[in-house]
Amino acid sequence: MSKDTEKKGITSWIDERLPVFTFINHNLRDYPTPKNLNYFWNFGSLAGVTLVIMIITGILLAMQYTADTDLAFDSVERIMRDVNNGWLLRYIHMNGASMFFIIVYIHIFRGLYYGSYKYPREILWMLGVVILLLMMATAFMGYVLPWGQMSFWGATVITNLFSAFPVVGDYIVTFLWGGFSVDNPTLTRFFVLHYLLPFAIVGVVALHLVALHQFGSNNPTGIDVKSDGDTIPFHPYYTVKDYFGLGVYLIIFAALVFFAPNFLGHPDNYIPANPLQTPAHIVPEWYFLPFYAILRAVPDKLMGVLLMFAAVAVLFLLPWLDKHRVRSAQFRPYYKQFYWLFFIDCMILGWVGAMPAEGIYVTISRAASIYYFAFFLIIMPILSRYEKIGELPSSISSAVLSDKFDKGTENYAK
Amino acid sequence: MKKTTTQAKKDSSQIDEEKRDFLFVTTAGLAIAGGAVTAVSLVNTMNPAKDVLALSTTEVDLSPVEEGQSLTVMWRGKPIFIRHRSQEEIDSASNVSIENLKHKATDDSRVENPKWLVVVGVCTHLGCVPLGQKIGDSKGEFGGWFCPCHGSHYDTSGRIRKGPAPLNLEVPPYKFVSDDIIKIG
Ligand code: HEM
Ligand code: FES
Repeated sequence: MSKDTEKKGITSWIDERLPVFTFINHNLRDYPTPKNLNYFWNFGSLAGVTLVIMIITGILLAMQYTADTDLAFDSVERIMRDVNNGWLLRYIHMNGASMFFIIVYIHIFRGLYYGSYKYPREILWMLGVVILLLMMATAFMGYVLPWGQMSFWGATVITNLFSAFPVVGDYIVTFLWGGFSVDNPTLTRFFVLHYLLPFAIVGVVALHLVALHQFGSNNPTGIDVKSDGDTIPFHPYYTVKDYFGLGVYLIIFAALVFFAPNFLGHPDNYIPANPLQTPAHIVPEWYFLPFYAILRAVPDKLMGVLLMFAAVAVLFLLPWLDKHRVRSAQFRPYYKQFYWLFFIDCMILGWVGAMPAEGIYVTISRAASIYYFAFFLIIMPILSRYEKIGELPSSISSAVLSDKFDKGTENYAK
Repeated sequence: MKKTTTQAKKDSSQIDEEKRDFLFVTTAGLAIAGGAVTAVSLVNTMNPAKDVLALSTTEVDLSPVEEGQSLTVMWRGKPIFIRHRSQEEIDSASNVSIENLKHKATDDSRVENPKWLVVVGVCTHLGCVPLGQKIGDSKGEFGGWFCPCHGSHYDTSGRIRKGPAPLNLEVPPYKFVSDDIIKIG
């Protein structure tokens, strides 16, 4: 036994053999973090907390749920009425999915604004896109489980997307269904996958964090950390900030769960699935609406499906579409404007996705889809070459300080 | 710049430790309380639900059961043994000296009406269902029930007489709602 061990007891005895405490210290305590992170950097940890909430409530729900077309709907109603606090469990899980997408979309828009996808964080970014895809698959399959009208017809429409592919399309769809329509085999496998995929997400999140800690966080200036003076230890500065953000987030989350639990849902899903009748107006959950709008904007079945998938896939290419050497939109006057246009464009796509596919809405959705792709495929490469920028601050510290002094704020030199 | 650093130094010497402790304790305290309430509410979903509790009473009509016959009914997912005891069975149950019993209880204390013995048909050793309800079943050395799992013998009052089981067969809560009908639970 080393002297060290005798002195510090059990913690260091374990740590010498299994360096968990060193690991925690390294990644959550001393971990040097840019000192200028704003609240948009809270969203990663919020996403992590939401993932944990979803897994815990999901496991408890699975203990009460029955994946069988004859029993599924009733088992969910039993959760709502008979299981102790079952309504709470279900409403947390239901609204948790929405909160998760809100958080992750903000997280992505943050990356887009501050250029967090650029060298050396390309893989970090791409792992993020993988997480997004897994989340979409998980959310879609979860929505099928209660076996209401929206579940059934959502499952039918989304699985039929694959029938657009020539030759193999119908085989793929039959394979996905495990039969000739969405039915019991489909429900059973969706349940299994819905349980499985969140754990796959946990795995990818772990890789996401390994990649993050390789170079550390980007920051609002997008300028690399140059010296120790540019960073502060993660604890207590960012643990406290993350904790505060979590408090605010949970208040909003709880308000939704307790006061408007069905605000984001569809009443039609409280009608048991009926394979003989499609509801008059079927719409996906709000977080799929922009992609749904792109699907409907295209008059050709196959093209529509391809463009919809491409809308997510294009995110993988981002590090190579935007090769401008400056990361943060803060110092890119043109990119900044196109960015905000893109943001508004996504909102518009979400809005028309919820509208009926006729008249003016079709025109709007076409224009908005064109801008969506133009932003990535045309504007970004062009700006990479031609956008001129002024002088950058020499370091994070100088940027932060000059900012404070320029604005003449009193608080720094009080 | 210089002014800033001296200022910072001065600030750090003026840190109000008491205020910090107060903030720390209230924050951590509330977080722990909130977390605990949430955890308890969520774990409580695993307790028996309302529909399960609603199944916790059963009415049984005894009129078809002749003397010497037995009836098994389900209550809360467990078998309930009902035996219409003959006079000999009643006598053999009440003539036992209490002192000799492993789990001391008079036959009287275990019945509402001596003709009818109602017990939970779950061996108090490790939960098997003892034999003795069906014609031809072994009833064990004491004419009641015999648990084949590890050899426990119960008498005609459902008391443990021999074998590893520690306790008598449990008497469920029940009452006679009329001469021929009992309500269990
Ligand atoms: C389950 C979902 C996710 C979790 C739990 C998660 C977690 C995190 C955490 C804890 C951080 C560090 C804190 C922060 O910078 O906000 C982070 C950073 C990052 N994430 Fe995610 N993330 C998720 C999804 C995504 C997605 C979908 C993308 C992009 C498509 C993405 C891209 C990034 C990038 C680029 C960074 C580095 C940001 C920077 O340093 O500027 N993440 N993530
Ligand atoms: S369970 Fe009956 S004797 Fe062991």
